[in-house]
Amino acid sequence: MIYFDNSATTRPLPSVLDTYRTVAEDFFGNPSSLHNLGDRARAVVEQSRGQIAQLIRAKQNEIYFTSCGTEGDNWIIKGTAMAKRKFGKHLITTTIEHPAVRNTMKQLEELGFDVTYIPVDERGFVNPADVKAALRDDTILVSVMAVNNEVGSIQPIAEIGDILEDYPTVHFHVDAVQAAGKGVLDMLRHPRVDFLTFSGHKFHAPRGTGFIYAKEGRVIAPLLAGGGQEKDWRSGTENTPGIAAMAKALRLTFDDEAAKVARQQAIREEIVQHVQQFDHVHMFSGLGKDFAPHILTMSIGGVRGETIVHAFENEGVYMSTTSACSSRSGDESSTLKAMNVDSKLAESAFRISLDEDNTMEEAKQFEKAFDKVFAGFNRMRK
Amino acid sequence: MQYSEIMVRYGELSTKGRNRKAFIGRLNGNVVKTLHDFPDLRIRPKRDRLHIELNGTPSQPVMDRLSKVFGIQSFSPSIEVEKNMDAVYDNALALMNETAPQGASFKVETKRSDKTFELDTNGMNLALGDFFDEKRPDLVVKMKHPDVTLRVEVRREAIYLSTETVKGAGGLPVGTASKAAMMLSGGIDSPVAAYLALKRGVDIEMVHFFSPPYTSDNALNKAKELTAKLTPYGGSIKFIAVPFAHIQEEIKAKVPEGYLMTIQRRLMLRLTEAIAKQNGDMAIFNGESVGQVASQTLASMAAINDVTVMPIVRPVATMDKTEIIALAEKIDTYELSIMPFEDCCTIFAPPSPKTQPKIDKARYYETKIDVEGLMAESMAGLQVTQIRPGQEFLNQDQDIIADLL
Repeated sequence: MIYFDNSATTRPLPSVLDTYRTVAEDFFGNPSSLHNLGDRARAVVEQSRGQIAQLIRAKQNEIYFTSCGTEGDNWIIKGTAMAKRKFGKHLITTTIEHPAVRNTMKQLEELGFDVTYIPVDERGFVNPADVKAALRDDTILVSVMAVNNEVGSIQPIAEIGDILEDYPTVHFHVDAVQAAGKGVLDMLRHPRVDFLTFSGHKFHAPRGTGFIYAKEGRVIAPLLAGGGQEKDWRSGTENTPGIAAMAKALRLTFDDEAAKVARQQAIREEIVQHVQQFDHVHMFSGLGKDFAPHILTMSIGGVRGETIVHAFENEGVYMSTTSACSSRSGDESSTLKAMNVDSKLAESAFRISLDEDNTMEEAKQFEKAFDKVFAGFNRMRK
Repeated sequence: MQYSEIMVRYGELSTKGRNRKAFIGRLNGNVVKTLHDFPDLRIRPKRDRLHIELNGTPSQPVMDRLSKVFGIQSFSPSIEVEKNMDAVYDNALALMNETAPQGASFKVETKRSDKTFELDTNGMNLALGDFFDEKRPDLVVKMKHPDVTLRVEVRREAIYLSTETVKGAGGLPVGTASKAAMMLSGGIDSPVAAYLALKRGVDIEMVHFFSPPYTSDNALNKAKELTAKLTPYGGSIKFIAVPFAHIQEEIKAKVPEGYLMTIQRRLMLRLTEAIAKQNGDMAIFNGESVGQVASQTLASMAAINDVTVMPIVRPVATMDKTEIIALAEKIDTYELSIMPFEDCCTIFAPPSPKTQPKIDKARYYETKIDVEGLMAESMAGLQVTQIRPGQEFLNQDQDIIADLL
């Protein structure tokens, strides 16, 4: 099996699952309990928080645990809307955000908030000048993803951050779900970035884990009210084993990050070299430094993405149409649409997404599979 | 920059005339203890300075430790160079390139104890001044308040160059002012009071009252961890935990509510005095601040203080809460102090304690309980621990968890 669908989810690492199991067994107390079992569970949560903070160069009190990336995006956007509605009702985002951001914005629009969607160019990039032009006196939030999940374009977060230096009251949220371990931490830690969303299962932690970074001093309203966990910002009994497993997975992800990024980059280049020889192959992802090292989206003209995914599955290669989330609903890719890609072409898009475990060997095997699948499609074309 | 030694200037010692030798000896001992895990250091106490030869040890961790040792006014990392001007020029340039930014103002300050060296004090100042005029024309000479002072010490064995002077912790070396018992609760004030006691050279031992099962292990461990936070200033500290629950139960049963707190405090003080006498302590220190709570009005202090003639020193007596908190943050005890564990004072706190208790009434109500018997019981149950720098008490799973993460 060749697993090329790492942007959909990653395989949890065995050592991470060991941690999950040990913590679930030995530290099962409720971290809020007064007795020793509670103290020990709380210590796991806090030490995990400290480790994650250190890994992303934040302070311990700036990390809040969530259940997933979608929750993080919802929380930061709705939490900002609730906390800052007195100051304004205008939010800015882009046309290529993940549905967790896009549909949250839609909900807020129904509640009377005003949302500006910044378009992207044909390569999938937001122009920072457009963000600047969209800013108003009543703007309370700018939300721009770090790495687009469908084509891998790395958005100009630092440039937008520089612009927002002049708008100190506006919250700046960056959805970093696709960005952990992809060599962009310096960009994410631009001093003007106020909030980051992360999802554990995108970096080999179990499902049901996530965290946000919220800069000290920035306030959002809680989405989950209740027993007052996470300093009353996010109630709900802490997922102690998931949190510990995520802290470990993040450490392993950042371990030797540069070499891992270079490896994914090399595999991506190798695959591009090969598939570009064929007619009807169209690349959506660029190969430059402005694209993430792990995402490669392309199309084989005249064949539906779904057909391509299944054809490769028969060869033991697992990948997605543009994003796993929307592929079941049959929608065409929203990012490609935003990039003004012809809808016929967009329908035939498929996404390869790598991670540090993929090898050059697998790339070669993929190429063989590609040749075979492509030949099959050619017969179909005639 | 690889420094060869750190030169330590004594603090108030210079004013202490005849006691000088004892002070230097104690400071030297404290420095040796603080730096015990750097095996390559050679520490040489002299009349005016203490010299720490680094022998390849990185200077920064050594300086971090030194900055907490009381009795040090300041210290400078310096380079040892051979006694010829070529060596002085080379090393002075390297040092200044590292520490003097473009366009900085500077002066040269020479001290010469070896009068046989070819250049005298002025000669050295001039020679180096000329040298930098040529090699670093961006630098400006300024005699008053320059950005950088290049210190040159010509001694018999070598010449020492330094540009950096780090302020020390001041105060007196711990142990030069006898021993005292420190009443440590776990709140914000008493660790600060303990720090200030250490600063004046007092060798303290902690007396902490605990009341299981009304208080948890966490409350006790918190007090121990606070003690560990204070050990960098004076080496290891003896921690004495005094069982207090039975006394509190007795007082609660037999004393009117308004005097509950006053009588409890009198018993605490009696016990502290008994421990102090047992250990040869000269005084009692505590974290009381005038008027902060009911037990700290002057009337309360008088009614409590009534049980002993031993001097009670209250280092934070006249400080505002904000000033105390600022110090607690500086010595890194604040975050620990505000951890919410019930301590023995809050458990039996009456809803409205007397703020103006009368001494004679306090004495009278105290006769309702068996003071001697209860004290003997507590004294028999003392738990003594020696607490060393770096020890952890609150999170003993830390290493286990770290392995999991």
